[in-house]
Amino acid sequence: MIYLRLFWEFFKIGVFAVGGGMATLPFLQDLSARTGWFTSSFITDMVAISESTPGPIGINMATYVGYNVGGVPGGIIATMGEVLPAILIVTTVSIYLEKFRGNKYVDYAFYGMRPAVCGLIAAAGWEIIKMALLRLDVFQATHQITDLVAPVRVLYFVLIFLSIRKFKKHPVLYIAISAVVGILLRF
Amino acid sequence: MKELLDLYTAFFKMGAVTFGGGYAMLPILQREAVEKKGWVTNEEVMDFYAVSQGLPGIIAVNVAVFIGYHKRKIAGGIAAALGVVSPCLIIIMTIAAFLANFQDNAYVKHAFAGISICVAALILNTVIGLWKKGVKDSLTLVLCLVTFIGTVLTDLSPIIYVVASALLGIAFMRSREKTAGKEEVK
Repeated sequence: MIYLRLFWEFFKIGVFAVGGGMATLPFLQDLSARTGWFTSSFITDMVAISESTPGPIGINMATYVGYNVGGVPGGIIATMGEVLPAILIVTTVSIYLEKFRGNKYVDYAFYGMRPAVCGLIAAAGWEIIKMALLRLDVFQATHQITDLVAPVRVLYFVLIFLSIRKFKKHPVLYIAISAVVGILLRF
Repeated sequence: MKELLDLYTAFFKMGAVTFGGGYAMLPILQREAVEKKGWVTNEEVMDFYAVSQGLPGIIAVNVAVFIGYHKRKIAGGIAAALGVVSPCLIIIMTIAAFLANFQDNAYVKHAFAGISICVAALILNTVIGLWKKGVKDSLTLVLCLVTFIGTVLTDLSPIIYVVASALLGIAFMRSREKTAGKEEVK
């Protein structure tokens, strides 16, 4: 029963992959080796598609693998398998979290964790900035420092950042404009 | 029922317009769940991210379940989780079924390059907000900088920074409590 197997495999990934979408990647590689459901070049395609479509990367990857193994029901079942552990675990943690809210030590722990989260998100932002503004591949080929940054992209980055600060519109608006600008200016 | 539907639709929208991982969802999440709906505060969102980091599963889904539970208990958590994954199901399966080599299409590549610049700017803007909420004294300043530099330069798991920061937060605040107590006695 392929659907049951799909559900179980993705349920396990949902239980064991700690640290977000990309943390599921090694589990998917293992899955491909054990089941032969897909090849490693399929994984490369899957990452590329998951990254260039909206939605959390981990979920996109589960849907993509599930669909390719078992059609539409496969896509839904794999995704549900991966999400179910999150619902169970987070609900359990929430029950305790609400119980201990207002507890001095829990508040102190969060006092320390908030700046760490700020640092983690800044690091994630830095990775995106590197990918979006630097041309590391060109630089590695030529070793010319002038090839490292893409000036038009940096200019656009500054422009969009300033408009986000100034106009405070919905993020979706900036995303949509940027997609159009990307196509028009051939980023 | 209306509230559950509201949770589902709000997270559906967030899932549909988040490009990248769970962290890339944060600017949109703040706009929808904090500013528009008032379901949670910015501090609570940061707390949910901190705990999600140490839990298994996709961070975006974990945060969705936290907020859903916070609002409407178990049913709310399920509604939010289903909301955030529904657009993925529709979009990914449509692409897989009808758009071969979608990721190699030139327009998709240019559009995505534009979007990543925008997401980078949105995240930078969010970080400024988080900095104002989270960095209050020398300890929190150090925790933020060490986590940032450590994550950029090494492959250590983020959980280590989150757990260490929690423990240091407790230790620091306890000792501050004690000194404050002593001063009161004087």
